[in-house]
Amino acid sequence: MNIYVLVKRTFDTEERIVVSGGKIQEDGAEFIINPYDEYAIEEAIQVRDAQGGEVTVLTMGGEEAEKQLRTALAMGADKAVLINTEDDVEDMDEFAAAFVISEYLKDKNPDLILAGNVAIDGGSGQVGPRVAESLGINYVTTITNLEINGTTVTIKRDVEGDTEVLETSLPLLVTAQQGLNEPRYPSLPGIMKAKKKPLEEVELDDLDIDEDDVEAKTETIEIYLPPKKEAGKVLEGELADQVKELVQLLHSEAKVV
Amino acid sequence: MSNKVLVLGEAREGALRNVSYEAIAAAKQISDGGEVVSVLLGDSVGELAAELGKYGADRVITVEHPHLKQYTSDGFGQALLAVIDQENPEVIVFGHTALGKDLSPKIASKLQIGLISDVTSIEGEGDAAVFIRPIYSGKAFEKVKVKDGIKFITIRPNNIAPLAKDDSKSADVSSLSVDITNLRTIIKEVVRKSSEGVDLSEAKVVIAGGRGVKSEEGFGPLKELADVLGGAVGASRGACDADYCDYSLQIGQTGKVVTPDLYIAAGISGAIQHLAGMSNSKIIVAINKDPEANIFKVADYGIVGDLFEVVPMLTEEFKKLKVNA
Repeated sequence: MNIYVLVKRTFDTEERIVVSGGKIQEDGAEFIINPYDEYAIEEAIQVRDAQGGEVTVLTMGGEEAEKQLRTALAMGADKAVLINTEDDVEDMDEFAAAFVISEYLKDKNPDLILAGNVAIDGGSGQVGPRVAESLGINYVTTITNLEINGTTVTIKRDVEGDTEVLETSLPLLVTAQQGLNEPRYPSLPGIMKAKKKPLEEVELDDLDIDEDDVEAKTETIEIYLPPKKEAGKVLEGELADQVKELVQLLHSEAKVV
Repeated sequence: MSNKVLVLGEAREGALRNVSYEAIAAAKQISDGGEVVSVLLGDSVGELAAELGKYGADRVITVEHPHLKQYTSDGFGQALLAVIDQENPEVIVFGHTALGKDLSPKIASKLQIGLISDVTSIEGEGDAAVFIRPIYSGKAFEKVKVKDGIKFITIRPNNIAPLAKDDSKSADVSSLSVDITNLRTIIKEVVRKSSEGVDLSEAKVVIAGGRGVKSEEGFGPLKELADVLGGAVGASRGACDADYCDYSLQIGQTGKVVTPDLYIAAGISGAIQHLAGMSNSKIIVAINKDPEANIFKVADYGIVGDLFEVVPMLTEEFKKLKVNA
């Protein structure tokens, strides 16, 4: 089975966000594999181990994303691809990102593509389904279970807390929801092996993509932090009185109940 | 210049979801006096159409087909693309719901257009409208505009106020017949886990439990409080990891992002990842035994105490309030 995983390098979830000059400051920040993409990588490895085949992890961005690709290889992926857009594109939106990834994948005949259901930075969740649509294959988002039998695929997906059970077939793109699996940590031998696994780097030129093709359709005008919250009011006195006071405050002052 | 806006109405268990009305309000702001057209897709949705007119839709188009009884991206995609083809809208608005999130990238990809997802507010009107959306799970916001082509946005439930219902208003309702074929996904079953109807992402009140809840049974008092307030129960990752509840309840950077009017955090310490999922709630109440807990830093009101004492007392007080109201 020819399996691809779309991976994004994101800020560590512990990072505080600093904005200056209308942009997020990245200096000194820790980066990780987008947490939802870790579920996708883990699932890809499990599918390969059960069905045979090869897992290729794919990301887009600058050289520094090699680190996250090596981590994925250490987890057990077989190959990695970095589409290096650093020199070519300043601002990519989801349209542009999906275009580039689709152009790369269009002649690779993937049976299964996995991605996170959303990246914790941009948070739009568009790129996976857009890629599937461009490639003309079906997609299922926010999956929590995946079973493959020949070309028949049975999936459980999370729909706002409910579970939908559905059947579809390969080729297919799925996006991972939390609960799909428990992503493994890279083992020491895994890390050693990862250093020797193939990591291919391609640029837009290699894909015959012009800069005009990846002109974003949307534009971020400004990035800013939410207004800082004033420290709240910690109530005092007898517990029963605090509870009464709280209910009154919520009713009369905050007017939310 | 006025814009024609297409708005996707969304029904759940035979009733329209609030976000359908919120989307009409968003549409009005971008339309600059242009026509607002709501679309309803399903196997039998005609009866719901009138309601959309009362909330401001000028026109409603229904597409009814047995294959639209349950949502699939293929079925709804085909129906919607047929409507878009007929109407040629300048703007499209969906709710950022499970359905909207799943369907919108397909439509955007087919039309080769941009898509601004998860919009929480709109600044300006008509063509000058810019869209504000949370990034980094609400740790920051970005202001985005569409450079050219159709403006396509999805709006986060609970953030844009619907217009006041006006019973005197009505919309022209028409139906479009679309041949829905070649569905690649078959829905076998839907297992309802979100108990008693109140959806976490749309709830006006959320009662969330953390590790302090201690067990699955520990969620009982929280559920009772949620019931009295007509709210939904949520959880921190800690509570989910400890198997006290299902991951579908998880609020945070991984998990759901919620913005209710009232968020009550019981036995939640307030890790930065959890705050990312709820810190934009209008009013936050923290209940925790540890006065140093991080959650008190973002709370509007706090009670230092044992949640198993405080929560049932709160439930009783709210009951009294409801009786007196």
